[in-house]
Amino acid sequence: MFRRQFMLIAASGCAQMAFGHGALAQSNDWSAILEEAKGQTVYWHAWGGDPKINDFIAWVGDQARERYGVTLEHVKLSSTADAVARVLAERDAGTLSGGAVDMIWINGENFAAMKAQGLLFGPFAEGLPNWVMVDVAGKPAVVTDFTLPTEGFESPWAMAQLVFEYDTARLPEPPRSLGALKDWIAANPGRFTHPQPPDYIGTTFLKQIAYGTLADPSVLQQPVDDASYAATVAPMWAFLDDVTPNLWRSGKAYPSNEPAMGQLLADGEVDISFAFNPGRASAEIAAGNLADTVRTFTLEGGTIGNASFVAIPFNAAHQAGAQLIANLILDPAVQARAQDPNILGFQTVLNISSLSADDQARFAALDLGVATLTPAEIGPALLEPHASWMVRIGQDWIERYGVAQ
Amino acid sequence: MTGDGLLRQAPRLTLILLTLPVAAGFLGTLMPAFWHDARGFHALWAWNGLPRALGLSLSTGVMATAGSLLITLIIVAGLYGSRGFSVIQHLLAPLLSVPHAAAALGLAFLISPSGWIARLFSPWATGWQVPPDLLILNDPWGLSLTFGLIAKEVPFLLLMAIAALPQTDAQRRLLAAQSLGAGRVSGFIVAVLPALYAQLRLPVYAVLAYSMTAVDMAMILGPTLPHTLSVQIVIWMMDPTLSHQSTAAAAALVQLLTVLGALLLWRLAETLLHRLLIGRAEAGLRAPWADGIARRIGAALGLFLAGALFLALGGMALWSVAGLWGFPDPLPESLTLKTWTRSAPDLIESGEMTLRIALLATLAALMLVLACLEAEHRFGLVPGARALWILYLPLLVPQVAFLPGVQVVLLRAGADGTWLAVAAAHLIFVLPYVFLSLAPAFRAWDPRIALAGAALGAPPWTVFVRLRLPMLLRPILTAGAVGIAVSIGQYLPSLLIGGGRIETLTTEAVALSSGGNRRLIGAYALLQMLMPAMCFGLALMVPALAFRNRHGLRVAA
Amino acid sequence: MSGILQLDHLRVSHKGTALVDLNLSVAPGTVLTIMGPSGSGKSTALAAIMGTLPREFDREGRIALEGRDITDLAPHLRRVGLLFQDDILFPHLSVGGNLAFAIPPITKGRAARQSLVEEALASAGLAGFAGRDPATLSGGQRARVALMRTLLARPCALLLDEPFSRLDADLRTQVRGFVFDRIRSAGLAAVLVTHDLEDARAAGGPVVTPLGKVLAAP
Repeated sequence: MFRRQFMLIAASGCAQMAFGHGALAQSNDWSAILEEAKGQTVYWHAWGGDPKINDFIAWVGDQARERYGVTLEHVKLSSTADAVARVLAERDAGTLSGGAVDMIWINGENFAAMKAQGLLFGPFAEGLPNWVMVDVAGKPAVVTDFTLPTEGFESPWAMAQLVFEYDTARLPEPPRSLGALKDWIAANPGRFTHPQPPDYIGTTFLKQIAYGTLADPSVLQQPVDDASYAATVAPMWAFLDDVTPNLWRSGKAYPSNEPAMGQLLADGEVDISFAFNPGRASAEIAAGNLADTVRTFTLEGGTIGNASFVAIPFNAAHQAGAQLIANLILDPAVQARAQDPNILGFQTVLNISSLSADDQARFAALDLGVATLTPAEIGPALLEPHASWMVRIGQDWIERYGVAQ
Repeated sequence: MTGDGLLRQAPRLTLILLTLPVAAGFLGTLMPAFWHDARGFHALWAWNGLPRALGLSLSTGVMATAGSLLITLIIVAGLYGSRGFSVIQHLLAPLLSVPHAAAALGLAFLISPSGWIARLFSPWATGWQVPPDLLILNDPWGLSLTFGLIAKEVPFLLLMAIAALPQTDAQRRLLAAQSLGAGRVSGFIVAVLPALYAQLRLPVYAVLAYSMTAVDMAMILGPTLPHTLSVQIVIWMMDPTLSHQSTAAAAALVQLLTVLGALLLWRLAETLLHRLLIGRAEAGLRAPWADGIARRIGAALGLFLAGALFLALGGMALWSVAGLWGFPDPLPESLTLKTWTRSAPDLIESGEMTLRIALLATLAALMLVLACLEAEHRFGLVPGARALWILYLPLLVPQVAFLPGVQVVLLRAGADGTWLAVAAAHLIFVLPYVFLSLAPAFRAWDPRIALAGAALGAPPWTVFVRLRLPMLLRPILTAGAVGIAVSIGQYLPSLLIGGGRIETLTTEAVALSSGGNRRLIGAYALLQMLMPAMCFGLALMVPALAFRNRHGLRVAA
Repeated sequence: MSGILQLDHLRVSHKGTALVDLNLSVAPGTVLTIMGPSGSGKSTALAAIMGTLPREFDREGRIALEGRDITDLAPHLRRVGLLFQDDILFPHLSVGGNLAFAIPPITKGRAARQSLVEEALASAGLAGFAGRDPATLSGGQRARVALMRTLLARPCALLLDEPFSRLDADLRTQVRGFVFDRIRSAGLAAVLVTHDLEDARAAGGPVVTPLGKVLAAP
């Protein structure tokens, strides 16, 4: 339970500009970077808890050696914070160049912390040759990390998005809007639930309700305003008050997290579940853990999504090589491989329609699995609210529903 | 002679080893509660779940203790000396070696609305095509938690009762009472129970303290809105932002006071019941009609609890090789080894870590216990009642009230998060059980053998190594197996002292239990149960092999 | 390996009650018999000589063996052998293992120790018994193994704590003869504790009560 890669509880939300280091990166000639990178060994510090991801990173390393003569070493972390602490310790020790960390898999509070402290190299992302293919318009999460503009200090490499799962054997047609979901819960008491906040997925569901019920959801992009908070979120609590008596176990017990809720779907205890990985259902069906009648859907108006990024520390020893890897990850061939459910099943950050016909064919040829929505079907990804909402809503939920009546 | 001096100090050293971490950890745990104007207490009082969480700790703990004690006494009163009793006696070791977490996980699958029992009777008997929306598991009254605790504590109390019965002269007293016309049960209550309970008192207190503060079982079977207080304390402690440390400390203090209060109340209830009993005895309690009932109820309860545990573990074993297994199928559609092969590296890694910690802690405990007992024998020391209380101290003080403090001390020393530190913490809990398991056999060893050895010119050390150790091989290995089983079952010490970085089968199984992957949970739970079982098997096999041509030992053991 | 055992005003009392009061010496090859009803202090006398007297007993006087003062020595350093009521063979060792246990470490080498064991077994009429499990022996065989084991340790004196009381009449005479023969031929100073008049007579030495009253002279 300590391995969640998306476990984010951000305390600091101050977006401070950090133009201190490497501001010229963008103007560098790409061919010069290619030349400089040749023969370098790039140390990529990335969470190492999933063998599938480790294999994929090793494959990226093979590509880098073949194409550019760059060696990639995966430094397997148990927590991204370890890499952040390492860079911080190096700065405090006066190591301003030649640092041990060349690249970090990062997002959320770790990115916010490093950016605020000026520990990042850049901006570099928008100078990468493959940047033009990134779907900035359709997936605003690739340039906004938990409401913090990335400003080119990190480059995206994969998308995650909230999708709902249901078993067509029991439920032929799922409710595809928040209002329809509410009616369906009322009509089918005991067949829906959500993980118990402050669990990340459980709180994400609350944020999804906020998106659908708040008078002006754009306030979610700002930090919580204490004065107006109660009135702002009142519709969200009203929605929850309505549905709670008809939740699974009448809202007197909740699954503790996403996998626990997934098991409830598998056991037939609930008819609708949800996950942050759109490919989860297909993977579980393939593994024999879910019935092959399970399918997924998203809500009209979109569901919350976020992106994973790579960033380069200000003192990285091999900044050229790291930029080259960041660019390589955005290559359509690499992105298509990441999206293959047999390899990773991560959603691409690219705009498919901007690709060449050949590259579009790569994605079209992917067998995403019976239950996975295509990029066209999945619908828009809504931006993560500011981190302060997550904390506040989570606390309030415990106050309101944390002691069963 | 310095070796002699060291040996003479062994009992004192062991007692210090048991008290010091508990005392230091206790202070370290509770101090943060008073920092920053006792902010922790303010936060705790402000939590609206506190009354319910506290009430749950109290009610589940007292119900589980009273229930397990009652069931134990019914089984002993109704069946002691019968064939059924020896059957139950044989079931004890495997039941005891099942870690709490594994038992809880198995029971959870057994009793949940989509669980095995529901599947076996659906839809033909119940008409359920989908699982009913019934709040059985994680019920707000903590009944499933109480049931789980009883299933695990009855074997422990039964073992303690079996060890105590010979010292109470039960057979003769029973005969005497029966010759005066009392029924078997009433004879037991009047003639044996008072002496037996005096021996059982400390184990019962340990069960009460444990049941009120169990974390792993409560996380799996207990209520969630709110959790029991001990679970909530752990959640606050493990919060990655470290902002709830003082609340956790305040809650730990409240938890400790509640346990003390419950122990006092229990003591009061003991006195009242004792008076009542004497009154009934003087009034001439006979009640021969109770005998058949007690025999039948005792047998039924014993079989029911053992059956529930075995079925629960069988369910977990089946899940670990299950293909698709939907409701209401009583058995999986297909069987596969995929779970085992895919998770083999992780299972081996955490299994190896678990075994390494268990072996080291058990070896250290065995050495200390042997040193204490040998010192007792050689220097004619007589352990007092206080020593016995200290032996039980780590089992009486709630783990959440002193382990976090131990963690802080180790953190300062830079030793937390290492397997050696975890093994050291396990030693505190392993040692009492190893001592309780080994001491009777060690003390029962014929002292004339030592004298015969000395008369042949063998110094005490030679007598110890060449005569006592080999002759006590079986009880020593059994005590070792008990120690290993206790270590494997430890959850909180592994989690807190390991800083979340030491992954044992138990921490992994409990962590997985919050997720839903029952196949993987099944694999972990099965391994968690198989490892102690194998150790018990070895403890039986090795002496049998080593002394296969020695009749004199076979009888003795 | 023979020697004289001297009890020099050996007095043992418990809470003011005198239990043992002996002032005598036992010559090599002779058996001193201490007789008396149970509880009279016979075993206390043996414990004092063996060095296993519990702390709550008060002891005065000296004990000397071959002129060595052994009064305060640890039991295993006294070179005093002991035969019990039961044979107390070590159940986890073979017959040969039991005998080898007694051989002092000064005899080095597997072969040398092995041949001592074989020799001892042969002289007791038990040749070829080295590999046997003690539990499979008869009562008389066990008694003989126990004595041979005691002798192999090369004691300077031998204490006999009612060693024949558990044997039936036939066996008793046979084992008794065997033991006393060995004591005489080895020239050991021996102390026999018994309540059986036959034993005392067969021992042939002086007979005293624990408090030193002479019941029979040699």
